Amino acid sequence: MNIFSFAKTELKNLFSTPATRAYPLEPRNYPERTRGHVVIDINTCVLCGMCSRKCPADAIKVDRAAGTWSIERFGCVQCGNCVVSCPKKCLSMGQAYTEPDAQKRTDTFTKPADQMKPPVAPAAKPAAAAAAKPQKPAESAAPAAEEKKNA
Amino acid sequence: MSTRSVVPFGPQHPVLPEPIHLDLVLEDEKVVEAVPSIGFIHRGLESLVGKKDFNDYTYIAERICGICSFMHGMSYCEAVEHIMNIEIPERAKYLRTIWCELSRLHSHLLWLGLLADGFGFESLFMQSWRLRENILDMVEASTGGRLISSVNKIGGQLKDVPNDMIRGFVAKLKDMEKDIREMTDTFLNDYTVNSRLRGVGILTKQQALDLGAVGPFMRASGIALDTRKRGYAAYSNIELEPITSDIGDCYARTYVRIQEIFQSIDIIRQAAEKIPDGEVAVPVKGFPSGEYFMRVEQPRGEAIYYVKANGTKFLDRFRVRTPTFANLPGMLETLKGCQLADVPMMILTIDPCISCTER
Ligand code: SF4
Ligand code: SF4
Repeated sequence: MNIFSFAKTELKNLFSTPATRAYPLEPRNYPERTRGHVVIDINTCVLCGMCSRKCPADAIKVDRAAGTWSIERFGCVQCGNCVVSCPKKCLSMGQAYTEPDAQKRTDTFTKPADQMKPPVAPAAKPAAAAAAKPQKPAESAAPAAEEKKNA
Repeated sequence: MSTRSVVPFGPQHPVLPEPIHLDLVLEDEKVVEAVPSIGFIHRGLESLVGKKDFNDYTYIAERICGICSFMHGMSYCEAVEHIMNIEIPERAKYLRTIWCELSRLHSHLLWLGLLADGFGFESLFMQSWRLRENILDMVEASTGGRLISSVNKIGGQLKDVPNDMIRGFVAKLKDMEKDIREMTDTFLNDYTVNSRLRGVGILTKQQALDLGAVGPFMRASGIALDTRKRGYAAYSNIELEPITSDIGDCYARTYVRIQEIFQSIDIIRQAAEKIPDGEVAVPVKGFPSGEYFMRVEQPRGEAIYYVKANGTKFLDRFRVRTPTFANLPGMLETLKGCQLADVPMMILTIDPCISCTER
């Protein structure tokens, strides 16, 4: 039995820098691929709701009427499925993790009003389509709705 | 005349990383029987196949366990790929092999640390987790997550790893090999460690066969079986021999896992040499219909996945038999007749993962 079997490790520990980091004083350098949090470019988003349907944690809520896209920060499990499935590619993964908090946090993004489609049009479309099967009345209904809004 | 008493052990216990409860029937300090109960962290992940699209379920399969996360996701994908007759690109197969072995590396290093912690060798615990951190950095750099990789998808992989990054991993592992050997030599040769591990908790070859043990726990009893030899992912092109020991005690299990660390490094090196260029995923169309049993070698042993699909986007059934579940009867056998102070060693040397056992 060698009583000096740890001498080498001890000496190394004495003269080497710590293996740990003084976080948060010394911030972490994330690798390029780190999936930390979901970032949205709300201007490109068309509020199609695909991300919310694909999310395994049900963390995303999309409200077309109000024009909002919201994410429950601590519900999200950083899987990246929403990023992969977004048809407009407006979602991406940021590197830093969500900061710890005492409460659950929901971040809501609202689409700027000038980018929103006229609120009547989406509501009028299905109604018109259901009421009349032929294409023509539906087409004429849309401009009618548009006019009503302008008036 | 000895008196019998029952000592409850777990589900929360200083040396137990996992919530298992044992009622230990003692005669003085000797264990005569152990009655297990599990079920503290059942999450109902299997039944979610009825609520989530089979493609999106990959992310849930990955979350069965935080350590073998990559393998759970990969095995689920391979099972569905078999049902749908999808042949994934060669490069994806090699990537799967590399990520599987990185998972095994960090799992075994984690386990060595927990074992050291279990017998009270704190600095050894920290040394082994310090080394493990380097592996986690590699996993994070290549997948984007330290543990939960989220790179699996039915039909291949979501991300490719550049060849120079893979070469970097091989070089880094080569450097680390010396450090790892220095650390593992302490496990294998140190007087104190040996006195805790040698001759403790012997499981004979016959017992291992009868009780259906799997993984390093079984190989330490002299059965040379390794599911990787079946050749899923790219393992059919990789040379590997199951590592065994004939002794069957806690020391043998430690020995087998330590040798598997070096074997994994070697497999990653082989895979890095052979990995071809090309695509990493093929498009998937339609819905699966049929059933398949998938068997993979996880760090803790052989896991079995059963997938039954009915031609819609929701699967009928998904079932996992985890290695820890198969090893519990063997563990209970080794507990009989041991000293109370050795119980943590016995539990730790099967490398229990109750979280995935209960899903
Ligand atoms: S999938 Fe993309 S475009 Fe559709 S709602 Fe989500 S973020 Fe917006
Ligand atoms: S990263 Fe995953 S869990 Fe998070 S919002 Fe996107 S789909 Fe949901």
